[in-house]
Amino acid sequence: MSGVIKYFADILHGIKTLWGGMRITGKYFLSPKEIVTQQYPEIRHKQKIVYDRFKGEVIMPHDENNQHNCTGCGVCEMYCPNGSIEIITKKIPGENGKMIKVIDKHIYHLSMCTFCGLCIKVCPTQALAWGQNFEHAVYDRSKLTKVLNKPGSSYKGLNKKKEAKS
Amino acid sequence: MDTKLKNYIVKENGDIILNMGPQHPSTHGVLRLEVVLKGETVKQVVPHIGYIHRGIEKMCEYDTYKQIIHLTDRMDYLSAHMNNEAVCLLVENALGIEVPERVKYIRVVLDELTRIASHQLWWSAYGMDLGALTAFFYGMRDRERILDIFEESFGSRLLHSFNTPGGLMHDVHPNFQKHTMEFVKYFRKKLPEYHQLLTDNVIFRNRTQGIGVMSKETAIAYGVTGPSGRGSGYSCDVRKIAPYGVYDQLEFEEIIYDEGDSFARYMVRMKEIEQSLNIIEQAVDKITDGPYTAKVKPIIKLPEGEYYQRVETARGELGVYVVSDGKKFPYRMHFRSPNFNNLFVLNTIAKGHLIADLVAISGSLDLVIPDIDR
Ligand code: SF4
Ligand code: SF4
Repeated sequence: MSGVIKYFADILHGIKTLWGGMRITGKYFLSPKEIVTQQYPEIRHKQKIVYDRFKGEVIMPHDENNQHNCTGCGVCEMYCPNGSIEIITKKIPGENGKMIKVIDKHIYHLSMCTFCGLCIKVCPTQALAWGQNFEHAVYDRSKLTKVLNKPGSSYKGLNKKKEAKS
Repeated sequence: MDTKLKNYIVKENGDIILNMGPQHPSTHGVLRLEVVLKGETVKQVVPHIGYIHRGIEKMCEYDTYKQIIHLTDRMDYLSAHMNNEAVCLLVENALGIEVPERVKYIRVVLDELTRIASHQLWWSAYGMDLGALTAFFYGMRDRERILDIFEESFGSRLLHSFNTPGGLMHDVHPNFQKHTMEFVKYFRKKLPEYHQLLTDNVIFRNRTQGIGVMSKETAIAYGVTGPSGRGSGYSCDVRKIAPYGVYDQLEFEEIIYDEGDSFARYMVRMKEIEQSLNIIEQAVDKITDGPYTAKVKPIIKLPEGEYYQRVETARGELGVYVVSDGKKFPYRMHFRSPNFNNLFVLNTIAKGHLIADLVAISGSLDLVIPDIDR
């Protein structure tokens, strides 16, 4: 007899606990204010999806005169744990005929970057920063290798040096 | 008959050898379990590891101590912050660097936020393993809030190489304290839902209670630590037995359950979430103004010798062992990862259970495969 009672008590208990869970889902089903799902590709242009500090990629900010802060010192290349950065420098004639070393190409391999942030932290002139772009899908792997300094750009400090001298 | 096409082998004595993984949704990673079955009963489980071995320990020998930090993220990715902290503490203790008070409290808050996020993800995935898909969405919904706090402060959500020997990479966001407190308040309200959805569910209880019982002796013999060990009554919380950071100045309980079954391990994690919330509440108020890093030389060189540091990650005790020969790279680096030990107890505790329970047992150990292989 007690077995039968236990059998039905178990069923009742089961229904009760299931009801407890269903109540929660029911509550959210009926309260549209609690919806947290975002329709991703649609909201992309309407609102900001990532925070300002988001580590999307390493970029080199340029000002309106197409000038950047990179001296080509190569510290970031040395610190990068994966070899994602290659610095190629060139020599250009400076003021009084002396050759000075400037950055030619700051090559950044996005595909090898682990977003550790060391390059940005160690750069003595704060030439690098985080970009917020996170949609990195491309059709070819070679497109993930970028040259960070824009063509025709120059080091900001170079003019200052010249101005100071003249 | 072409036996090659079959994905299992039948031995002469009737035993079936079945491969679970390496691509199996409930091993949560590339882990292959070779299961010897008698009918539906598990006779033996042989874990095969190495599918995601990246040689992190070897890579460390060619990296400076600052560069090593980002590699430790990628071991136990769900406790990335604690892994970072282990290496940082080791370097700081070896060189006698005094870390600012502010950093210590921020680290504790981040530790506990990471622990909660990790347990939430585990809770969601464990529910899913056992067929309760609803749980997954609720866990992920609340985890998102923690990830938002992370993203606001350090720009990354999972692998935030935010620690550096001597302090932090940069300062936390000005809103960090406010948003953390908001999360604690929010999550305290939501936590009872977790219990209603899963803990009290009769199907869930029947599938976990009395399943995969691990005795205290087994836990100690295999070196099972973390919530899995504490579910068997083994007091192994590094935060209590060998406090690091400011854990000795904070009040919290070490959760211990004596049953040793899957449900006990589940309950330890659920109670740990509450304790973590308590710790965060205490620590957030104590974050004072100050520098976010101590003064450290650009090139760190540890004096010759051996060093060891252990921390409590979300899965157990992580030990970092370094042999230094005085150069800027470590001579040898070894990680004692909690998941490695937690995995190999599986054979002992799963023996005699049904194959369906194997998922419940391996899930309750909360394995993260990249941490096993390193
Ligand atoms: S980005 Fe900074 S660290 Fe790198 S080469 Fe340029 S100035 Fe040097
Ligand atoms: S973020 Fe790290 S991995 Fe990426 S380029 Fe900079 S130093 Fe290299």
